[in-house]
Amino acid sequence: MSDDTVTLEIDGKTVQAKKGQMLIEATDAAEAYVPRFCYHKKLSVAANCRMCLVEVERAPKPLPACATPVADGMVVKTKSRYAISAQRATMEFLLINHPLDCPICDQGGECELQDLAMGYGRDISRYTERKRVVKDKNIGPLVSTDMTRCIHCTRCVRFGKEIQGIQELGTTGRGENMQIGTYIEQNVDHELSGNIIDLCPVGALNNKPYRFSARSWEMTQQPIIGAHDCVGSNLFAHTLRGTVKRIVPRPNEAINETWISDRDRFSYEGIYSEDRLQTPRLRVDGEWRAVSWGEALDAAADALRAAGTDTGFIVSPSATLEEGYLLNGLATQLGTADVDHRITRRDVADQSADPAFPWLGMALEDIDRLDAALVVGSRLRKEVPIIAHRLRKAAVNNGAKVATIESSASEYFFPTVAQTVGGFAAGLAAVVKAAAEISGQGASNAVAALIDGASVDSAARDTAQALIDGERALVLFGLEAGAHAAFSELRLLGDALATLAGATVGYLSEGANSAGLSLAGVLPHRTAGAALREDMGRSVGEMLSQSPKCLVLWNVEPDVDLAAFSGVSQERKPNTVIACTPYFGAAIAEQADIALPIGTFAETAGTFVNVEGRAQSWQGIAKPIGEARPGWKVLRVLGTALEAPGFDFNDAAEVATAAQAVLSSTTGDNRYGGSHTARRVNGEDAATATLERPIYEVDATVRRAQALQLTEDGIAGQAWRGSLNGDAS
Amino acid sequence: MTDTATPQTMTDTGLSQHVLDEIDRWRQRFPEDQSRSAIIGALHAAQHENHGYVTQPQMDAIAEVLGLEPIKVYEVASFYSMFETKPVGRHNVAICTNVSCMLRGAEDLVAQAEKHLGCKLGESTEDGRIYLKKEEECLAACCGAPMMMVDHVYHENLTPESLRALLDALD
Repeated sequence: MSDDTVTLEIDGKTVQAKKGQMLIEATDAAEAYVPRFCYHKKLSVAANCRMCLVEVERAPKPLPACATPVADGMVVKTKSRYAISAQRATMEFLLINHPLDCPICDQGGECELQDLAMGYGRDISRYTERKRVVKDKNIGPLVSTDMTRCIHCTRCVRFGKEIQGIQELGTTGRGENMQIGTYIEQNVDHELSGNIIDLCPVGALNNKPYRFSARSWEMTQQPIIGAHDCVGSNLFAHTLRGTVKRIVPRPNEAINETWISDRDRFSYEGIYSEDRLQTPRLRVDGEWRAVSWGEALDAAADALRAAGTDTGFIVSPSATLEEGYLLNGLATQLGTADVDHRITRRDVADQSADPAFPWLGMALEDIDRLDAALVVGSRLRKEVPIIAHRLRKAAVNNGAKVATIESSASEYFFPTVAQTVGGFAAGLAAVVKAAAEISGQGASNAVAALIDGASVDSAARDTAQALIDGERALVLFGLEAGAHAAFSELRLLGDALATLAGATVGYLSEGANSAGLSLAGVLPHRTAGAALREDMGRSVGEMLSQSPKCLVLWNVEPDVDLAAFSGVSQERKPNTVIACTPYFGAAIAEQADIALPIGTFAETAGTFVNVEGRAQSWQGIAKPIGEARPGWKVLRVLGTALEAPGFDFNDAAEVATAAQAVLSSTTGDNRYGGSHTARRVNGEDAATATLERPIYEVDATVRRAQALQLTEDGIAGQAWRGSLNGDAS
Repeated sequence: MTDTATPQTMTDTGLSQHVLDEIDRWRQRFPEDQSRSAIIGALHAAQHENHGYVTQPQMDAIAEVLGLEPIKVYEVASFYSMFETKPVGRHNVAICTNVSCMLRGAEDLVAQAEKHLGCKLGESTEDGRIYLKKEEECLAACCGAPMMMVDHVYHENLTPESLRALLDALD
């Protein structure tokens, strides 16, 4: 037995535990159930609900298991009369002020208090005084409050302090008058704030959009994958008769732990937007007409056949792997390589030297253990909230030194080494130069030319020093860097820095499936399996400036999703635009000729490959709206009509099997093996204002999620969208 | 209340330079990463210059000076009975009602004071002269029970007569 283990007895069983562990961890490990409310394994110990009282021999009173460290020779009884009577007494106190409104409470049926009251409560209350009533607070569009139900476990308060990094909720007043709230009326605005709904053991904090719309026991729980960022958070969808009612986290320690972003939690509202395309439509003599699937698919196949090799595909980075695989197959059949999913990538110079798929450079879990990180061109908290959370863990728990080079100062809620606001290329060049000076190593000629004029300030020096000192260091390129007009220059500098500092390079990517689509061949320079194409096709920007005869938009709304190219002048317009889309938005109505209704992420089976290269599949969980069909089915019919080989699939599983064959090379390699000839674009960085994509504007579904749009980030996003349309007119 | 004279010159935090100095003095008494410990001292200093209560902008300013989230200051201010967050009368009258004083007739004194002033515990007189503090815990003067504290000054061995006289003497 090593020094850091202790032996104790729990309910007559001898067990071992690590020194410093709390008793509740040992009882959990020994499967001796102890009731609890305030204890949560991801949060600090508060010991204020007192529900976990247990008997410990020779202790003069019952002890809270969550706050009692294990000790050698401890004899613990969790089910003795003494322990149970302590737990029952606590329950009686907790129920004194709790309203008996379970029949109208959304938590009813999945409530920790209700469950434990069944086990430990009395049939009737002995309490005859007045019950406490607490005014409800408005804390924003996402979380509803019924504060009279609160039992003051403070999980939500600790979540703010410890996980978000900013405490928005607190306990005000004392004794009988103690309340959980924000004191002054204000919204809880963090991008992970929805997790307090799950943490709340009672019905005090609940899901506002879901309010009163279903009972927990009526719904079906099915696994699904987060569809809006490159993390691929594991989720459960709760559906009632084929309709998604809410989304909750599915714990996965390797990816999202027990948390999910508000974007993943509330985006489902967009599925039921009023402007869903209900039937296929054709533009006939300038007028939109609803038509049958047969007619629409015939028209689409005719248009594709007519355009032949002059067909282009612009694909949402959140399309599934299966859709990507079939789209590439369709393009191959037509003899075109004009397929691309990189809807914000301006700089495609040297794209052949891109990694096979945009890769984080490490596993998500490894971020927690970083010693140093430089985040270049990212609004990390808004782009990928879960990665920002993990980086915060590294900084707070592991002392990681984090520096940023960004377009505007973001609030990280942890101490940073340096936050440089300004041009990414200039900022990065300074760090590379500093790293070269500190390490005494030279850089290659190409890099030397880029860092020549850079001015090294203390921020750059501190950043370089941190990366050099850190054993595990990461240079992470965000979505704004990826959209930057001088991306190849940034990559060159990032690679040089990684070499000088012994760091890893990582890339974040747009949407949920940039990695999968890259491997499926939805790229102009690579085909399925990431093999380079012999004849390169056109990128998104090139397709927009010199349109192909027939342009297919796959779940892309050109006015917003292609905003990165709003300055591109169109030399010619496509003859036919085929929009495969769940929504019939204004831009589609104006620009498309054929509109085919496809399902959103919830209405199709699919596979996403996340930023670690991890493929995750799910089944369709919601009934498609109107006549919408899963995307892969639409593509299968089109492929068959065009006599493409290998399109005769019978079900989603067959497509998935075929598509997943392209994933053979999911080990990433982010070394920049390019020609090292990157040039400065006009000698400076692109305007940073055009790089941003607000958190709730990233795809058509999120843009239609009402509650998210009411948040502060949502409102800011709408202003951003408005400014785009203003530019266009 | 009626008295609206502004204390000293305000800095752009909404707190006077003196209060800021006081906060800094408290701040230095605790380890660097525990500025939360200075909240009580800071609130006392701010309340002292603001007619016996603290405003929300002042609490926000204290939070900013100490580098904390405002909610952390609100929590402390709403927890302790010695901080008021709403306007109160000029003089703070706190009658102890803990065990010793209670046994020596503190409850009668409270009833006397309420009747004499025409306001309940936790309220201020209409003329803004006196605030009867909602609840006062033991002030460690049990040997002189019953007692009360008026603007930081102890008055012991109270009788209904001496209580009335003391209250009437406040301007």
